[in-house]
Amino acid sequence: MADLIVPALIETLHMVFLSTIFSLILGFPLGILLVITEKGSIWEKKQLNRILNGVINILRSFPFIILMILLFPLSRIIVGKTIGTTATVVPLSIAAAPFVARIIESSLKEVDRGIIESSLAMGASAGEIVFKVLIPESMPSLILGITTTIINIIGYTAMAGAIGGGGLGDVAIRYGLYRFQTDVMVVAVIVIIVIVQGIQYIGNKLSSKINKK
Amino acid sequence: MIKIENLSKIYDDGTNTIKALKNINLEIKKGEIFGIIGLSGAGKSTLIRCINRLEEPTEGKIFIDGNDVTSLKKKDLRKLRKNIGMIFQHFNLFSQKTVYKNIAFPLELEGFNKNEIEERIKVLLDYVGLEDKIDAYPSQLSGGQKQRVAIARALANNPKILLSDEGTSALDPKTTKSILDLLRRIRYEFGLTIVLITHQMEVIKEVCDRVAIIEDGSIIEINTVEQLFKNPKTKTAMEFIIKLKSDITEEVIKPNKNEFRGTIVRLGYSKGNAKEPVVSNMIKEYDVQANILAGDINRILSKNIGHLILELQGDDDEISKAIRYLESNDVDVEVM
Repeated sequence: MADLIVPALIETLHMVFLSTIFSLILGFPLGILLVITEKGSIWEKKQLNRILNGVINILRSFPFIILMILLFPLSRIIVGKTIGTTATVVPLSIAAAPFVARIIESSLKEVDRGIIESSLAMGASAGEIVFKVLIPESMPSLILGITTTIINIIGYTAMAGAIGGGGLGDVAIRYGLYRFQTDVMVVAVIVIIVIVQGIQYIGNKLSSKINKK
Repeated sequence: MIKIENLSKIYDDGTNTIKALKNINLEIKKGEIFGIIGLSGAGKSTLIRCINRLEEPTEGKIFIDGNDVTSLKKKDLRKLRKNIGMIFQHFNLFSQKTVYKNIAFPLELEGFNKNEIEERIKVLLDYVGLEDKIDAYPSQLSGGQKQRVAIARALANNPKILLSDEGTSALDPKTTKSILDLLRRIRYEFGLTIVLITHQMEVIKEVCDRVAIIEDGSIIEINTVEQLFKNPKTKTAMEFIIKLKSDITEEVIKPNKNEFRGTIVRLGYSKGNAKEPVVSNMIKEYDVQANILAGDINRILSKNIGHLILELQGDDDEISKAIRYLESNDVDVEVM
């Protein structure tokens, strides 16, 4: 049992870790752009805002598993293969990026309009407001958002297992479902539950610890 | 110092056009505390925001020291804003930054180094009397302390102008006074020009040299504060003064309310009937005694307008009859 679960756990953590990083790299700037290009915001660009919103909505409409299959050719270009943990990171990151963008957007929007106005009155530029005001002021909310993102990606990796991604989801399906080894499935699911609970707990603690409001 | 010429602001969202400011002309002198008073929605907030272009004027020009602010490019506008401090009704401090970091913000934007920033912050906090709060977060401060931090932050870069957007409106009367004292001190010691907007005549009376009254997007009266109280030119100005006076008398009476045995009523003569002897008729007509506690009648636009605070003694039944009599004679009665 352990020699099934432990490597799968490492694969899952590997996928989740890398996908979280890359989806943040892709989604974070998009989230910022969504907020600052909006009408009346600090870098108003109506056309760009409309396009961004449209693209993000379209990407989010795709069922994840279909998006993954569509993105496999890209995996081949970037990591040279379409099967395995590393190959799964490419579609996972891209599929999660629009979700991340929305999460970041909603966190940044929580920053009080008056605080942005006073920053403008002090002569801050749009860039200074983003990095010195918007992000630090919304940090507690951003941490909760990133926590949600990680948990979401854990769910995605379980699905990715079904199409050759490896990890705990893969084990649960192959041994538990196809070979009727219910005990393996139960253990795999319990391990996933423990990870999710742990991450949510850490996220909540961290967020309230740094929140000075 | 600040010269506003034919300033207009029109909000147009495609379906509705709102004229927030109509052809404003104003000149504010160096070193003066200039107040702009008006009711909510009068346009005062839009007007003060046009000075540092947090609002873009639709028409007209604004000159500061002879330079046209309305034509500045983004980069020059940011430079200008660093020379204009601004404080707000809700303080707008950074909630996730300490007092130190809040005040450091404008200094960091200016590119000062760490030592210079630290030194400057110490001076500023000492000035506003909050040295011991240097590591506190805004949520740990009272309203008055928050506004002091905001003032320190606004003064960090030694601005020439300070704008106050309802800077005392969220504070209690005592704290308001202490903040106004601070503003007065700043003006004397730094020679700052202060422009403030408010809906409280008390603020105007306490600190301003001159005042503009704004109503429905237009300035209807510009006056020195002294002249405004002696001889207001417009009805709106008069109403603000009456409101202030009645606030003051009520402040005197309210804390001592329990010392009176009778019913305390506030009579308002808003329909210009203060000349008629309604109170004396009431005493004759009903079995009540009236003790005059405070009052103020002003003549405005050939009508007598004002208020009178009475203590009515007698039978409850007779008192309520007397109150009904007053009301039937166009007097607004409020039992305090």
